[in-house]
Amino acid sequence: MAPGILGKKVGMTQVYLEDGTAVPVTVIQAGPCHVLQVRTVERDGYEAVQLGFGDKPRRLAARSERGHVAKLDSKGQKKRAAAGVEPLPKADCEPQRFIREFRGSSDLEVGATVGVDSFAEVKAVDVVGTSKGRGYSGVMKRHNFAGQRATHGVKKVHRHAGGTGASAYPSRVFKGRRMAGQYGNARITMRNLQLVKVDTENHLMLVRGAVPGPNGGYVIVSQTNKVG
Amino acid sequence: MSQQLMALVEQPNLKEDVPPFEVGDTVDVHTKILEGDKERIQIFSGTVIARSGSGSREMFTVRRIVAGEGVERKFPLHSPRISKIEVKRSSVVRRAKLYFLRDRVGKAVRLKERRRG
Repeated sequence: MAPGILGKKVGMTQVYLEDGTAVPVTVIQAGPCHVLQVRTVERDGYEAVQLGFGDKPRRLAARSERGHVAKLDSKGQKKRAAAGVEPLPKADCEPQRFIREFRGSSDLEVGATVGVDSFAEVKAVDVVGTSKGRGYSGVMKRHNFAGQRATHGVKKVHRHAGGTGASAYPSRVFKGRRMAGQYGNARITMRNLQLVKVDTENHLMLVRGAVPGPNGGYVIVSQTNKVG
Repeated sequence: MSQQLMALVEQPNLKEDVPPFEVGDTVDVHTKILEGDKERIQIFSGTVIARSGSGSREMFTVRRIVAGEGVERKFPLHSPRISKIEVKRSSVVRRAKLYFLRDRVGKAVRLKERRRG
Protein backbone atom coordinates (compact mmCIF):
# COMPACT_ATOMS: atom_id res chain seq x y z
CA MET A 1 0.00 0.00 0.00
CA ALA A 2 1.48 3.30 -1.13
CA PRO A 3 1.26 6.22 1.29
CA GLY A 4 -0.39 8.31 -1.39
CA ILE A 5 -0.45 9.20 -5.04
CA LEU A 6 -0.17 12.33 -7.14
CA GLY A 7 -2.62 13.25 -9.84
CA LYS A 8 -4.43 15.79 -11.89
CA LYS A 9 -8.03 16.90 -11.61
CA VAL A 10 -9.75 16.12 -14.90
CA GLY A 11 -13.23 17.42 -14.18
CA MET A 12 -16.59 16.61 -12.66
CA THR A 13 -19.42 14.48 -13.94
CA GLN A 14 -21.97 12.08 -12.57
CA VAL A 15 -22.20 8.31 -12.59
CA TYR A 16 -25.17 6.08 -11.86
CA LEU A 17 -25.11 3.33 -9.28
CA GLU A 18 -26.94 0.09 -9.89
CA ASP A 19 -30.00 1.23 -7.96
CA GLY A 20 -30.24 4.31 -10.14
CA THR A 21 -28.85 6.93 -7.79
CA ALA A 22 -26.75 9.54 -9.51
CA VAL A 23 -23.46 10.24 -7.75
CA PRO A 24 -21.53 13.46 -8.38
CA VAL A 25 -17.90 12.57 -8.91
CA THR A 26 -14.61 14.26 -9.63
CA VAL A 27 -12.37 12.44 -12.06
CA ILE A 28 -8.72 12.37 -11.03
CA GLN A 29 -6.03 11.10 -13.32
CA ALA A 30 -3.56 9.64 -10.84
CA GLY A 31 -0.22 8.07 -11.47
CA PRO A 32 1.64 6.11 -12.50
CA CYS A 33 4.04 7.90 -10.17
CA HIS A 34 7.74 7.18 -10.05
CA VAL A 35 9.44 6.87 -6.72
CA LEU A 36 12.25 9.41 -7.07
CA GLN A 37 13.82 9.24 -3.65
CA VAL A 38 13.46 7.43 -0.35
CA ARG A 39 14.31 9.47 2.72
CA THR A 40 15.80 7.56 5.60
CA VAL A 41 16.45 8.45 9.20
CA GLU A 42 20.17 7.76 8.85
CA ARG A 43 20.73 10.06 5.91
CA ASP A 44 17.93 12.63 6.07
CA GLY A 45 16.72 12.53 9.64
CA TYR A 46 13.20 11.47 8.69
CA GLU A 47 11.43 8.81 6.70
CA ALA A 48 9.50 9.61 3.54
CA VAL A 49 9.05 8.64 -0.07
CA GLN A 50 9.23 11.16 -2.86
CA LEU A 51 6.88 10.65 -5.79
CA GLY A 52 6.82 12.38 -9.15
CA PHE A 53 3.89 12.74 -11.53
CA GLY A 54 3.70 13.91 -15.13
CA ASP A 55 6.59 13.95 -17.57
CA LYS A 56 8.26 17.24 -18.34
CA PRO A 57 10.10 17.64 -21.65
CA ARG A 58 13.83 17.36 -21.08
CA ARG A 59 14.47 20.62 -22.95
CA LEU A 60 12.30 22.48 -20.40
CA ALA A 61 13.77 20.79 -17.34
CA ALA A 62 16.69 22.34 -15.51
CA ARG A 63 19.86 20.28 -15.27
CA SER A 64 19.20 19.71 -11.59
CA GLU A 65 15.75 18.35 -12.42
CA ARG A 66 17.20 16.03 -15.01
CA GLY A 67 19.94 14.94 -12.67
CA HIS A 68 17.39 14.23 -9.97
CA VAL A 69 15.71 11.48 -11.95
CA ALA A 70 18.61 10.03 -13.95
CA LYS A 71 22.35 9.72 -13.78
CA LEU A 72 24.17 12.67 -15.37
CA ASP A 73 27.88 12.99 -15.75
CA SER A 74 29.24 15.90 -13.79
CA LYS A 75 32.48 17.10 -12.29
CA GLY A 76 31.14 16.86 -8.77
CA GLN A 77 30.05 13.33 -9.33
CA LYS A 78 33.47 12.30 -10.58
CA LYS A 79 35.02 13.87 -7.52
CA ARG A 80 32.65 12.04 -5.26
CA ALA A 81 33.30 8.76 -7.08
CA ALA A 82 37.03 9.35 -6.66
CA ALA A 83 36.49 9.94 -2.95
CA GLY A 84 34.60 6.69 -2.76
CA VAL A 85 31.12 8.07 -2.08
CA GLU A 86 28.30 5.73 -3.08
CA PRO A 87 26.11 7.43 -5.75
CA LEU A 88 22.43 7.81 -4.86
CA PRO A 89 20.02 5.51 -6.67
CA LYS A 90 18.06 7.17 -9.47
CA ALA A 91 14.57 6.42 -10.76
CA ASP A 92 15.77 6.56 -14.38
CA CYS A 93 12.67 8.26 -15.75
CA GLU A 94 11.79 11.51 -17.52
CA PRO A 95 12.00 14.73 -15.47
CA GLN A 96 8.81 15.06 -13.43
CA ARG A 97 6.47 18.02 -13.35
CA PHE A 98 4.90 17.55 -9.94
CA ILE A 99 7.00 16.17 -7.07
CA ARG A 100 5.86 15.68 -3.49
CA GLU A 101 6.99 13.72 -0.47
CA PHE A 102 4.88 11.48 1.72
CA ARG A 103 6.07 11.14 5.28
CA GLY A 104 6.37 7.78 6.95
CA SER A 105 8.08 4.54 6.26
CA SER A 106 7.10 2.27 3.39
CA ASP A 107 8.56 -0.63 1.50
CA LEU A 108 8.87 1.33 -1.77
CA GLU A 109 12.24 1.63 -3.46
CA VAL A 110 13.63 4.19 -5.85
CA GLY A 111 12.55 3.42 -9.39
CA ALA A 112 9.32 1.70 -8.40
CA THR A 113 6.02 3.00 -9.73
CA VAL A 114 2.87 3.69 -7.77
CA GLY A 115 -0.40 3.28 -9.63
CA VAL A 116 -4.07 3.65 -8.80
CA ASP A 117 -4.24 -0.11 -8.25
CA SER A 118 -2.77 0.49 -4.79
CA PHE A 119 -6.06 2.24 -3.95
CA ALA A 120 -8.25 -0.67 -5.02
CA GLU A 121 -9.12 -1.60 -1.44
CA VAL A 122 -9.44 1.96 -0.16
CA LYS A 123 -12.90 3.25 0.79
CA ALA A 124 -12.24 6.93 1.38
CA VAL A 125 -9.46 9.37 0.57
CA ASP A 126 -8.15 12.80 1.48
CA VAL A 127 -7.45 15.09 -1.45
CA VAL A 128 -5.14 18.09 -1.25
CA GLY A 129 -5.24 20.75 -3.94
CA THR A 130 -4.69 24.43 -4.52
CA SER A 131 -8.01 26.24 -4.61
CA LYS A 132 -8.95 28.61 -7.42
CA GLY A 133 -7.45 32.02 -6.78
CA ARG A 134 -9.98 34.84 -6.47
CA GLY A 135 -7.50 37.63 -5.76
CA TYR A 136 -8.06 40.30 -3.14
CA SER A 137 -11.75 39.91 -2.36
CA GLY A 138 -14.20 41.79 -0.20
CA VAL A 139 -15.96 40.33 2.81
CA MET A 140 -19.16 39.54 0.93
CA LYS A 141 -17.40 37.20 -1.48
CA ARG A 142 -14.78 35.93 0.94
CA HIS A 143 -16.78 35.38 4.12
CA ASN A 144 -20.38 35.52 2.90
CA PHE A 145 -21.11 38.68 4.84
CA ALA A 146 -24.48 40.21 4.07
CA GLY A 147 -23.17 43.69 3.21
CA GLN A 148 -25.28 46.71 3.89
CA ARG A 149 -28.52 48.10 2.56
CA ALA A 150 -28.97 49.55 -0.89
CA THR A 151 -30.89 52.57 0.40
CA HIS A 152 -31.93 54.18 3.71
CA GLY A 153 -28.94 56.46 3.94
CA VAL A 154 -26.21 53.94 3.21
CA LYS A 155 -23.48 55.78 1.33
CA LYS A 156 -20.85 54.00 -0.74
CA VAL A 157 -20.45 51.16 1.75
CA HIS A 158 -23.02 48.74 0.32
CA ARG A 159 -20.54 45.87 0.13
CA HIS A 160 -18.60 46.71 3.27
CA ALA A 161 -18.56 44.90 6.56
CA GLY A 162 -20.25 46.68 9.46
CA GLY A 163 -18.30 47.40 12.63
CA THR A 164 -15.14 45.51 13.49
CA GLY A 165 -15.45 45.73 17.26
CA ALA A 166 -16.10 47.92 20.27
CA SER A 167 -14.62 51.40 20.78
CA ALA A 168 -12.71 52.77 23.79
CA TYR A 169 -12.28 49.33 25.23
CA PRO A 170 -10.34 47.50 23.75
CA SER A 171 -9.30 50.33 21.38
CA ARG A 172 -8.10 47.75 18.91
CA VAL A 173 -9.43 45.10 16.57
CA PHE A 174 -9.24 41.58 17.89
CA LYS A 175 -7.15 39.08 16.00
CA GLY A 176 -9.05 36.80 13.69
CA ARG A 177 -11.60 39.44 12.68
CA ARG A 178 -12.77 38.45 9.23
CA MET A 179 -11.94 41.11 6.68
CA ALA A 180 -11.18 41.56 2.99
CA GLY A 181 -8.03 39.96 1.67
CA GLN A 182 -6.54 37.31 -0.57
CA TYR A 183 -9.13 34.64 -1.25
CA GLY A 184 -8.32 31.28 -2.80
CA ASN A 185 -5.03 30.05 -4.24
CA ALA A 186 -4.43 28.27 -0.94
CA ARG A 187 -3.68 24.68 -0.07
CA ILE A 188 -6.99 23.02 0.79
CA THR A 189 -7.56 19.48 2.05
CA MET A 190 -10.87 17.75 1.45
CA ARG A 191 -11.08 14.93 3.95
CA ASN A 192 -12.90 11.64 3.85
CA LEU A 193 -14.11 11.71 0.25
CA GLN A 194 -15.67 8.43 -0.77
CA LEU A 195 -13.75 6.61 -3.47
CA VAL A 196 -16.43 5.58 -5.94
CA LYS A 197 -14.35 3.77 -8.53
CA VAL A 198 -10.76 3.00 -9.45
CA ASP A 199 -10.00 2.50 -13.14
CA THR A 200 -6.61 0.82 -13.26
CA GLU A 201 -6.52 0.61 -17.03
CA ASN A 202 -6.83 4.35 -17.60
CA HIS A 203 -5.23 5.43 -14.31
CA LEU A 204 -8.39 7.15 -13.16
CA MET A 205 -10.00 7.58 -9.78
CA LEU A 206 -13.57 8.69 -9.21
CA VAL A 207 -14.00 10.55 -5.97
CA ARG A 208 -17.40 11.55 -4.65
CA GLY A 209 -17.92 15.29 -4.47
CA ALA A 210 -15.78 18.26 -5.30
CA VAL A 211 -12.03 18.60 -5.13
CA PRO A 212 -10.22 21.96 -4.69
CA GLY A 213 -8.66 23.65 -7.69
CA PRO A 214 -9.34 24.10 -11.39
CA ASN A 215 -9.57 21.30 -13.91
CA GLY A 216 -6.01 20.37 -14.78
CA GLY A 217 -4.78 21.33 -11.33
CA TYR A 218 -2.45 18.99 -9.48
CA VAL A 219 -3.74 17.11 -6.44
CA ILE A 220 -2.32 14.85 -3.76
CA VAL A 221 -4.47 11.84 -2.89
CA SER A 222 -3.94 9.67 0.15
CA GLN A 223 -5.99 7.27 2.18
CA THR A 224 -8.08 9.22 4.64
CA ASN A 225 -6.79 9.61 8.17
CA LYS A 226 -10.27 10.23 9.47
CA VAL A 227 -11.40 7.55 11.88
CA GLY A 228 -14.82 5.94 11.63
CA MET B 1 -6.97 14.83 -23.51
CA SER B 2 -9.11 15.57 -20.51
CA GLN B 3 -12.20 15.62 -22.73
CA GLN B 4 -11.38 12.11 -23.85
CA LEU B 5 -10.89 10.97 -20.27
CA MET B 6 -14.28 12.42 -19.32
CA ALA B 7 -15.88 10.60 -22.23
CA LEU B 8 -14.20 7.43 -21.05
CA VAL B 9 -15.70 7.80 -17.60
CA GLU B 10 -19.16 8.62 -18.90
CA GLN B 11 -19.25 5.92 -21.56
CA PRO B 12 -20.40 3.03 -19.32
CA ASN B 13 -23.16 5.22 -17.91
CA LEU B 14 -24.69 6.03 -21.27
CA LYS B 15 -27.74 4.12 -22.39
CA GLU B 16 -27.59 2.66 -25.83
CA ASP B 17 -31.31 2.32 -26.37
CA VAL B 18 -32.36 5.94 -26.02
CA PRO B 19 -34.78 6.66 -28.87
CA PRO B 20 -34.09 9.79 -30.87
CA PHE B 21 -36.55 12.42 -29.71
CA GLU B 22 -36.58 16.16 -29.97
CA VAL B 23 -37.96 19.18 -28.24
CA GLY B 24 -41.65 19.43 -29.04
CA ASP B 25 -42.22 15.69 -29.14
CA THR B 26 -44.92 14.10 -27.05
CA VAL B 27 -43.42 11.22 -25.10
CA ASP B 28 -44.33 8.56 -22.57
CA VAL B 29 -41.63 8.24 -19.93
CA HIS B 30 -41.66 4.91 -18.11
CA THR B 31 -40.06 5.33 -14.70
CA LYS B 32 -39.32 2.57 -12.21
CA ILE B 33 -40.75 3.37 -8.80
CA LEU B 34 -39.80 1.49 -5.68
CA GLU B 35 -42.68 1.02 -3.26
CA GLY B 36 -41.41 -0.77 -0.19
CA ASP B 37 -39.63 -3.64 -1.85
CA LYS B 38 -41.90 -3.85 -4.86
CA GLU B 39 -41.03 -2.21 -8.10
CA ARG B 40 -43.57 -0.84 -10.50
CA ILE B 41 -43.57 1.27 -13.60
CA GLN B 42 -45.13 4.70 -13.71
CA ILE B 43 -45.79 6.48 -16.95
CA PHE B 44 -45.50 10.22 -17.29
CA SER B 45 -46.62 11.51 -20.65
CA GLY B 46 -46.32 15.03 -21.94
CA THR B 47 -44.43 17.37 -24.23
CA VAL B 48 -40.66 17.64 -24.14
CA ILE B 49 -40.03 21.34 -23.64
CA ALA B 50 -36.28 21.30 -23.08
CA ARG B 51 -33.17 19.18 -23.28
CA SER B 52 -30.10 20.24 -21.39
CA GLY B 53 -26.62 19.02 -20.59
CA SER B 54 -24.49 16.54 -22.44
CA GLY B 55 -23.02 13.10 -21.99
CA SER B 56 -24.26 11.14 -19.01
CA ARG B 57 -25.55 14.37 -17.44
CA GLU B 58 -28.14 15.04 -20.12
CA MET B 59 -31.60 15.90 -18.78
CA PHE B 60 -34.94 16.54 -20.43
CA THR B 61 -38.04 18.32 -19.22
CA VAL B 62 -41.54 17.00 -19.86
CA ARG B 63 -44.59 19.19 -19.38
CA ARG B 64 -48.18 18.13 -19.18
CA ILE B 65 -51.44 19.56 -17.90
CA VAL B 66 -52.95 17.67 -14.96
CA ALA B 67 -56.38 18.79 -13.81
CA GLY B 68 -55.90 22.21 -15.32
CA GLU B 69 -52.56 22.68 -13.65
CA GLY B 70 -49.27 22.58 -15.52
CA VAL B 71 -46.88 19.90 -14.23
CA GLU B 72 -43.25 19.62 -15.28
CA ARG B 73 -40.85 16.82 -14.53
CA LYS B 74 -37.17 16.85 -15.30
CA PHE B 75 -35.60 13.45 -15.98
CA PRO B 76 -31.98 12.38 -16.31
CA LEU B 77 -31.86 10.87 -19.78
CA HIS B 78 -29.45 8.07 -18.90
CA SER B 79 -30.82 7.17 -15.48
CA PRO B 80 -31.35 3.45 -14.90
CA ARG B 81 -34.64 4.36 -13.26
CA ILE B 82 -36.05 5.32 -16.63
CA SER B 83 -36.92 2.06 -18.29
CA LYS B 84 -38.32 3.35 -21.53
CA ILE B 85 -39.08 6.49 -23.49
CA GLU B 86 -41.76 6.24 -26.16
CA VAL B 87 -42.24 8.92 -28.76
CA LYS B 88 -45.96 9.35 -29.47
CA ARG B 89 -46.06 12.41 -31.67
CA SER B 90 -43.70 14.97 -33.10
CA SER B 91 -44.35 18.67 -33.57
CA VAL B 92 -43.01 21.55 -35.61
CA VAL B 93 -41.04 23.78 -33.28
CA ARG B 94 -38.65 26.61 -34.07
CA ARG B 95 -36.78 26.94 -30.82
CA ALA B 96 -34.75 24.75 -28.48
CA LYS B 97 -36.67 25.57 -25.30
CA LEU B 98 -40.45 25.75 -25.28
CA TYR B 99 -40.74 27.75 -22.08
CA PHE B 100 -43.34 29.97 -23.73
CA LEU B 101 -45.81 27.10 -23.30
CA ARG B 102 -45.84 27.87 -19.58
CA ASP B 103 -47.67 31.12 -20.25
CA ARG B 104 -50.29 29.48 -22.42
CA VAL B 105 -53.48 27.77 -21.42
CA GLY B 106 -56.10 25.70 -23.17
CA LYS B 107 -56.02 25.37 -26.92
CA ALA B 108 -52.99 27.63 -27.25
CA VAL B 109 -50.80 24.90 -25.79
CA ARG B 110 -51.22 22.75 -28.88
CA LEU B 111 -48.28 22.37 -31.24
CA LYS B 112 -48.50 21.70 -34.94
CA GLU B 113 -47.81 18.08 -35.76
CA ARG B 114 -44.79 17.15 -37.78
CA ARG B 115 -45.09 14.04 -39.91
CA ARG B 116 -42.00 11.94 -39.82
CA GLY B 117 -40.96 10.50 -43.07
